Amino acid sequence: MNPAQKTIGDVLLKVENISLSFGGVKALTNISFEIREHEILAIIGPNGAGKSSMLNCINGFYHPQEGTITFKGQPRKQMRPHEAAKQGIARTFQNIALFKGMSTLDNIMTGRLLKMKSGLLSSAIYKGPAEKEQIEHREFCERIIDFLEIEAIRKVPVGRLPYGLQKRVELGRALAAEPTLLLLDEPMAGMNLEEKQDMCRFILDVNDEFGTTICLIEHDMGVVMDISDRIVVLDYGRKIGDGLPDEIKRNQAVIDAYLGVQH
Amino acid sequence: MSETLAAADGRDPLGRDTIPKFIAYNGQHRRDRPAMREKDLGIWQSWTWGEVAAKVRQLACGLAEAGFQRGDKLAIIGDNRPELYWSLAAVQSLGGIPVPIYQDSVADEVQYVIDHAEARFAIAENQEQVDKLLTIKDRLPRLKTIIYSDPRGLRHYNQPFLLSLETVMERGAAFEKANPGFYDAEMAKGSGSDVSIICYTSGTTGRPKGVMLSHDNVVRSATLAIAFDKINEDDEILAYLPLAWVGDNFISYAEAAIAGFCVNCPESGETVLSDLREIGPTYFFAPPRIFENLLTTVMIRIEDASAIKRRMFHYFIGVAKKVGRSILEGKPVALGDRLLYAIGDLLVYGPLKNVLGMSRLRLAYTAGEAIGPDIFDFFRALGINLKQLYGQTECTVYLCQQKDDDVRSDTVGPPAPGIELRIDEQTGEVLYRSPGVFVGYYKDEAATAEAKTPDGWVHTGDAGVFTDDGHLRIIDRAKDVGRLNDGSLFAPKYVENKLKFFPFIKEAVVFGHQRDYATAFINIDLGAVGSWAERNAIAYTSYADLAGRPEVYAQIKNCIEQVNRDLASDSSMAACQIRRFLILHKELDADDGELTRTRKVRRRIIAERYGELIEALYSDKQAVAVEAKITFEDGRTGTFKANLAIQGAETFIPMRKAG
Repeated sequence: MNPAQKTIGDVLLKVENISLSFGGVKALTNISFEIREHEILAIIGPNGAGKSSMLNCINGFYHPQEGTITFKGQPRKQMRPHEAAKQGIARTFQNIALFKGMSTLDNIMTGRLLKMKSGLLSSAIYKGPAEKEQIEHREFCERIIDFLEIEAIRKVPVGRLPYGLQKRVELGRALAAEPTLLLLDEPMAGMNLEEKQDMCRFILDVNDEFGTTICLIEHDMGVVMDISDRIVVLDYGRKIGDGLPDEIKRNQAVIDAYLGVQH
Repeated sequence: MSETLAAADGRDPLGRDTIPKFIAYNGQHRRDRPAMREKDLGIWQSWTWGEVAAKVRQLACGLAEAGFQRGDKLAIIGDNRPELYWSLAAVQSLGGIPVPIYQDSVADEVQYVIDHAEARFAIAENQEQVDKLLTIKDRLPRLKTIIYSDPRGLRHYNQPFLLSLETVMERGAAFEKANPGFYDAEMAKGSGSDVSIICYTSGTTGRPKGVMLSHDNVVRSATLAIAFDKINEDDEILAYLPLAWVGDNFISYAEAAIAGFCVNCPESGETVLSDLREIGPTYFFAPPRIFENLLTTVMIRIEDASAIKRRMFHYFIGVAKKVGRSILEGKPVALGDRLLYAIGDLLVYGPLKNVLGMSRLRLAYTAGEAIGPDIFDFFRALGINLKQLYGQTECTVYLCQQKDDDVRSDTVGPPAPGIELRIDEQTGEVLYRSPGVFVGYYKDEAATAEAKTPDGWVHTGDAGVFTDDGHLRIIDRAKDVGRLNDGSLFAPKYVENKLKFFPFIKEAVVFGHQRDYATAFINIDLGAVGSWAERNAIAYTSYADLAGRPEVYAQIKNCIEQVNRDLASDSSMAACQIRRFLILHKELDADDGELTRTRKVRRRIIAERYGELIEALYSDKQAVAVEAKITFEDGRTGTFKANLAIQGAETFIPMRKAG
């Protein structure tokens, strides 16, 4: 009944001495940590700690003024989000960013865009190679739909779906890109208990079945402690903790940041 | 085809007496016709009869290889999946007995059934069901092997007794190669008198009982039903009702194999409605609740449509209600009405049936509970041949079926071919004798003896009456039926159901056993009455206030008098007309113990708690004061005082049919 102990591999992504500021505001100061292959890493911290900024740096949306990010052994600088996506980094957003008027299936298909090779002309003619490719991508998306158990909403415009399901569709779209590193920005925000349980199961299943490395931001401490292998804690743009869930629970700096201390 | 022309007793002219023999026959004679479809990854995948026969053969060999013996039982738990239907056939061809279990049962219930059935093997659909079985495995020493069909999430499970269906199939193929002729020999050993399945009834009281049905029961009943409704190999059905329910086993497995039609398995429980639309079945079975939900959805959608569409819909539904049933039943209809109906079909009924997935529907059945006449008439008016049947697990599904041209909403039809029915003079209980009479309850001689009389009659536990033209009408559970003081039959639930079909009435409790006449408590439906009050500018502050308004009393009185008029038209029920009634100040509630969790009225508790009110109904008081204890949602209790009015309702003189 117990899943075999999973093996966490080498360093997949390494963040070294990252600093990011917007004008005079320092969002991140001198942050370093590692994400290892096959693990679930949680980034936590109070509001405004810089968690989303950190994710935005990783997927190339923000460009930190200092420091380096090494992905799969390749140091990188100044990367655009679509280049990060090509390298195998996919993400979901804190505020759902789906195409509201499009169906669940079409939204997930957009996650395959980077994998599509047919040009404009052959896609327009459709018959032939473009059709074959389309069928392959559709099949891949159907596997995701099956995996996330959203068959019943396959053709429903996502704008009409409840919040919890929209989050699931967003996860589906990220999975469609077959990422090696999946960034989840508050995947469980605003969900009820049952939806949270479902989402937890999907995150664990993704990690287990596809071997995807996951880095997530989450506020629900119960969830974080239960599903993550390691936790990085940020506060006011600085890293104040990094370790196993049990170590983090006992870390005085973390407790202070969450509960507040008298200055 | 000649093969479907069965003898009058339902025996097969070709001598096939078990379902696996029919499947093997179909595998040869209908080799390339579709037998099953399942929607997977968004596409309908299909299997021909030839493929199904081969899968069954392979699976049977695989089970034999794993040690499955003649007489062994296989517990089956999961949704409607082709593999699970194959496992039914595989087990039966080895002379074993399948025991399907409701897929939403909790672990304890599953444990009881597996333990009671002494099953050594189990097949589970997916991880959810496997987990359920693993939690109870320790308490089931006999359970030796668990087979699962969907491997998702089970990769890390390494218990030696867990086998994937794929493995079993592979080993089966190898086994067959080594032992050619094994399968055919095993299948040929099966005979009609063997037990074909044990269906555990979901029993409302106590532990479920295992109803043993023989191959003869199933094959003969199914053959007769197929002849009755002219079901053939071109039919299509959607298998979406629980596998463990005898009706699904009967329709999606037995009838499908005998008639050779195609069974479609939906993608998941949630997609049934859209799958229904894609498949467009010709034969459909659903409990009344589903038809009710469909109608409600249609009505809500229509109220949101544009004014033109709305008016068109209501106009043509009016036409359909006037003439639709007559057209369906082939009765004479004026040419003008026929024309209007044809236009309506083009503009409204056709598109509507298409949306509901009922365009090709030739035969639809409902059973299980009383269906509201409005709902029933609505679907028939659209030209859908919706009929009722009546039966239970012990008789192999059906006793009465309505004929295509003689369908009514308030009877369940005449006894079906091959079935004898009689009504016990004393208790009013329906008894039957038929080819489908079950073998017995598994390991429960006492219960079997109680249900079956020595001369072969079986008690249904339901009270019924025959109408003057031979239709059976089920009125209540036999134990709830009483007598008025003048000796006439009193069936509370029958009257309550009639009352509850009015949207204003949410719940009704009718009294009359050992009384001079019948009386009723009424619970109004706050939603329906509230919005009616709003439209008629009747101000109210609370449920109790609304319930006490004279205008509301007048509406309810109206409903009751309609029911009385209806009851009067039926000689056997005329005495149940309601003379006096009151509207309760509060809703009957499961939290107060007045209803069960499935919303059934608990008569005894209500009679105790509201004794004073009942006495008042049988006095000449015009009002009665109540003081009630109520439990709030948060668990606190309080008392409530009110003065309830009691009103009389007009009763009618029973009408007898001329001649």
